[in-house]
Amino acid sequence: MTEQATGAHHPQPRARSAAQAAQPVTEHVTGAQSLIRSLEEVGADTVFGIPGGAILPAYDPMFDSKRVRHILVRHEQGAGHAATGYAQATGKVGVCMATSGPGATNLVTPIADAHMDSVPLVAITGQVSSKSIGTDAFQEADICGITMPITKHNFLVTKAEDIPHTIAEAFHIASTGRPGPVLVDIAKDALQAQTVFSWPPQTDLPGYRPVTKPHAKQIREAAKLIVQAKRPVLYVGGGVLKAQATEELRILAELTGAPVTTTLMALGAFPDSHPQHVGMPGMHGSVSAVTALQKADLLIALGARFDDRVTGKVDTFAPHAKIVHADVDPAEIGKIRAADVPIVGDAREVIADLIVAVQAEHEAGHRGDYADWWAQIDSWRKTYPLGYDLPDDGSLSPQQVIERIGQLAPPNTIYAAGVGQHQMWASQYINYEKPYTWLNSGGAGTMGYAVPAAMGAKAGMPDAAVWAIDGDGCFQMTNQELVTCALNDIPIKVAIINNGALGMVRQWQTLFYNERYSNTVLHSGPAAEEKQANLGTRTPDFVKLAEAMGCVGIRCEDPADLDAVIEKANSINDRTVVVDFICHEDAMVWPMVAAGTSNDEVMAARGVRPDFGDMDD
Amino acid sequence: MSKHTLSVLVENKPGVLARITALFSRRGFNIDSLAVGTTEHPDISRITIVVNVVEELPLEQVTKQLNKLINVLKIVELEPSAAVQRELVLVKVRADNETRSQITEIVSLFRAKTVDVSPEAVTIEATGGSEKLEALLKMLEPFGIKELVQSGTIAIGRGARSITDRSLRALDRSA
Repeated sequence: MTEQATGAHHPQPRARSAAQAAQPVTEHVTGAQSLIRSLEEVGADTVFGIPGGAILPAYDPMFDSKRVRHILVRHEQGAGHAATGYAQATGKVGVCMATSGPGATNLVTPIADAHMDSVPLVAITGQVSSKSIGTDAFQEADICGITMPITKHNFLVTKAEDIPHTIAEAFHIASTGRPGPVLVDIAKDALQAQTVFSWPPQTDLPGYRPVTKPHAKQIREAAKLIVQAKRPVLYVGGGVLKAQATEELRILAELTGAPVTTTLMALGAFPDSHPQHVGMPGMHGSVSAVTALQKADLLIALGARFDDRVTGKVDTFAPHAKIVHADVDPAEIGKIRAADVPIVGDAREVIADLIVAVQAEHEAGHRGDYADWWAQIDSWRKTYPLGYDLPDDGSLSPQQVIERIGQLAPPNTIYAAGVGQHQMWASQYINYEKPYTWLNSGGAGTMGYAVPAAMGAKAGMPDAAVWAIDGDGCFQMTNQELVTCALNDIPIKVAIINNGALGMVRQWQTLFYNERYSNTVLHSGPAAEEKQANLGTRTPDFVKLAEAMGCVGIRCEDPADLDAVIEKANSINDRTVVVDFICHEDAMVWPMVAAGTSNDEVMAARGVRPDFGDMDD
Repeated sequence: MSKHTLSVLVENKPGVLARITALFSRRGFNIDSLAVGTTEHPDISRITIVVNVVEELPLEQVTKQLNKLINVLKIVELEPSAAVQRELVLVKVRADNETRSQITEIVSLFRAKTVDVSPEAVTIEATGGSEKLEALLKMLEPFGIKELVQSGTIAIGRGARSITDRSLRALDRSA
């Protein structure tokens, strides 16, 4: 009989920053008041949401709360991404709120997004009265059923007395172990009923015991492999940021001397400027990072999940490498690639223990010699650096725009990107020196993420400058939240990398569909061609749109104006600024590993396959 | 392909079965049979799942993913050699005066039971492992099977050890 207990020996959930009430409290209240009191007690200081029929009772006590700031968004999707941006920038649990039916279903995309990127999020939705559930009542949707596969867990609450402990459980589940979104659906009659609020509540989660403490034997085994390896790479994923383990990571990296690659989800976990940083891996990673993984004899994967965008064709990924795989989620280990040394645990504890174990190996006289390995990596770095050509026609280069924004921004600026070419350029041409300064939709690839996520980040970190790097396609999906920014004193900066096209899709059409640009041209349609040939990149007019939404709108078309425009945007800190950068439409993201091919086929630029001199192995 | 029997102890709460079946379909795992019922503890239900997997790796994924469900308390794989596995079938077989006695004979050979008789048919109840029941049905088929209903497999480990003990303690702790 093989036995797999669900949990762990030592549950040690990380302490949340939320203030816990020292004195037990008991109050006679409505379910709705009990909900708001619970949110206050778990330390939710900001809630993004929109009221509606079923959640309406909750908004009455919300009106009076001194400790919970509610930000009225323009679309529930904006609330969800804002809560995600807030969570990614602050490390706290993000909270969004919506009513039943369409309000709740509008949260589905951000919840799925947060699930893919393991973001701690609590979504609170109103549900029709418990007596009406199942009758196809007005604005009824089975949101628990709908979000079952895209939440870490969800709850349907039909009794007022269940509200406090459910909220406590939701925040606990969302923020511990592998973080993730939790939805709490509360029936309207539960919000209206009289109840007794007492805090702290008794929680009841017998089946939830995340393992955070790694196994000592596995740690020793990993340390042994690290000092024995000739060509190791630390493959760092978003889990290192989630575990707040970036300081430990730097110590481990410098102790071992091994190269470090940070995935799209981990940018900022290790300073880009650090000499041991070899770049980002994956489809649009640097040649040095992609190739280092391919040639490595040992990967130390920390809070990374071997996503297909990193591995390319899995069968040919890092073919010579032994794998040390550490993750707080046991199901990630061995899911894609078998691990030689599996380590289940919180990344901070894993790395801290690894530091001690590697030091012990060093003291015993075992030390890795990676000199030849670094010589190889340095030659790749030197021969195939990231780079781009400026357009011949004198128009703006999108890469240059993004690079200059990064260079001119004040220190500690937080960047949020949408999804597509601009996202990849923002990952490549901005230097991330500090953790939690790069927010993006990595796993789900949600277009429209940037503006609301930047808003959420700014709401949580009001003293930091926040730049949303967005595409014109993405921007047209969620720009309504600029109104929310304008009316709630959340002054973000938005750079629209406006190439008049769905650029990444267009790039694939250029490369794989014989330049047949089917439905990727945004600035012209059949009507535009017939009536007004020059409708061009001015439909919509993003400057006018920004102004109409209470923001400052600026346009930049000439490279000569670029720095002045960015400086101007940086100088305005009391209002949201939108800059419409009219960019060349043919710019492409390089390097690139075409989907479904091996990382050995990485192309440094169009038609340029790096020569590694040892192609046979 | 190989079959594995998983005993999954879960909190007895609404929607738990849906979470489990949804997980199987979402992750592309095949359920061969499924049976749910209460246990000696009112707060714990036991789901017996027979899962069909191609290699060992997917089974590990099945159990790891199931373990991530908050309402799942424990998963145990029951090896056929160390467990008793049973299914129940109820089968309505065409029977007239000529064939009824032959059918009754088969029923007693398999230590099954006749639970209902009418002029045109008999209804038989049988329990056993899947091989025994398949053999029984093969014998009954020539008479004409009018209707067949079959339960999922349920299973319990042999010996004195109980898989619910520790989960009960966990449940008591959290309460």
